[in-house]
Amino acid sequence: MNDLSAALGAALRLVGGMDAQLAQIVGLSVCVSLAAVAIATAIALPLGALLAIARFPGRQTVIAVLNALMGLPPVVVGLAIYLLLSRAGPLGPLGLLFTPTAMIIAQAVLITPIVAALTRQVIEDAWREYEEQLRSLGAGPIAAAQTLLWDTRFALTTVVLAGFGRAAAEVGAVMIVGGNIDGVTRVMTTAIALETSKGDLPLALGLGMVLVAIIIGVNLLAHMIKLTSQRRFG
Amino acid sequence: MLPLILENLGFTAGGREIIKGVSCEIAAGTRTVILGPNGSGKSVLMRLCHGLLRPTSGRVLWHSNDVSRRRAHGQAMVFQRPVMLRRSAIANIVYALKLAGIAPAECQLRAEDVLVAVGLESVAHRPARVLSGGEQQRVALARAWALGPEVLFLDEPTANLDPNATRDIEHIIGAIHASGTKIIMSTHSLGQARRLGDEILFLSDGRLVERAATDAFFRTPQSQEAATFLRGELP
Repeated sequence: MNDLSAALGAALRLVGGMDAQLAQIVGLSVCVSLAAVAIATAIALPLGALLAIARFPGRQTVIAVLNALMGLPPVVVGLAIYLLLSRAGPLGPLGLLFTPTAMIIAQAVLITPIVAALTRQVIEDAWREYEEQLRSLGAGPIAAAQTLLWDTRFALTTVVLAGFGRAAAEVGAVMIVGGNIDGVTRVMTTAIALETSKGDLPLALGLGMVLVAIIIGVNLLAHMIKLTSQRRFG
Repeated sequence: MLPLILENLGFTAGGREIIKGVSCEIAAGTRTVILGPNGSGKSVLMRLCHGLLRPTSGRVLWHSNDVSRRRAHGQAMVFQRPVMLRRSAIANIVYALKLAGIAPAECQLRAEDVLVAVGLESVAHRPARVLSGGEQQRVALARAWALGPEVLFLDEPTANLDPNATRDIEHIIGAIHASGTKIIMSTHSLGQARRLGDEILFLSDGRLVERAATDAFFRTPQSQEAATFLRGELP
């Protein structure tokens, strides 16, 4: 109990004093996850929207696979990307293994199916309401997808922020492809895992508090966006 | 593109025959009201004419050309529940005009004009979805009107509205007709059919049972079904 409270006190001092090491780790985490979310969003929003609107043979299978990919085990994603990027792998010559870029790729691969599957659900619900009107106005599938992406923008903000939360909280994949190299690829989750096993509880706890604060903050933001937009735009 | 010709039109969904062998020719000019009880197939018939549904038998012909593929221009439809996009009232109208391929500068002008015509210029920049039901339906009418369609389909446009809003909508429909647009409208309201219809197509259980000028239809209905419906009795 004493250990815990002492560690907690030290952790609070680290966070309050903006410890340089802690700030560096938090900064890298946020940058990596933001980049991953940007990439995933660029792919997943159009993909999810088209999947919601277009009708083609095998559509249900694609949707089932996409939904299943939401539960992709991070360590397996990490392993697959490790194999691709390792020196002997097909993308080995790029020299990306153990760099932040490799971590961005891993997180993007992990959350693209999540954002795409949730987007598909949001857009499909809206499509049910809009379909006849949009078809009556002569909108083709591409135009309809664009319209619905814009019209559901507040719900989709929540989806994207959920993707960010998932990326930032993930540890297995970035550990494998990043290597948890101090000052280069050490992010909050990998640092917490390492410091805990080393016994440096204050740093681990401090990072844990920052991570949880970020996740809660992001979710509060998503909730507020949804509430205010509903009030303003109906 | 008129007249609109329906050739032995049929529509079956989920094993149920909703439209049964409807044949008729609908000419330009007059206001045609499709009258009938709930479930008689009015909405489905309108959707078949507009091209939102594909007939399972028979054909929809516009000016003797088979357009089973729907024509984007020349016709518009207003639904029972207006679908407003999550943007301002005027942006809803501009959106439809842009989709129809109209130049952006002209879109804005036309949208402003048509909002004035339906008396909504004061709420032009309010989000469309927070407007009242009657106002939303007026925006939907304005959106259709702005396209300058040759034919406007209206599917029970006042079914969800109170008498005041209904009066506004009927007034606007009259103005759209006066501007040269053919009106094809469904309703189950006898009063509305009398007020707005030049001719009545009476639909019962998916069949076109009777067709007559409005006065004649209400004075001396020729079919048993129509006579029963006019007496307000359930068959």
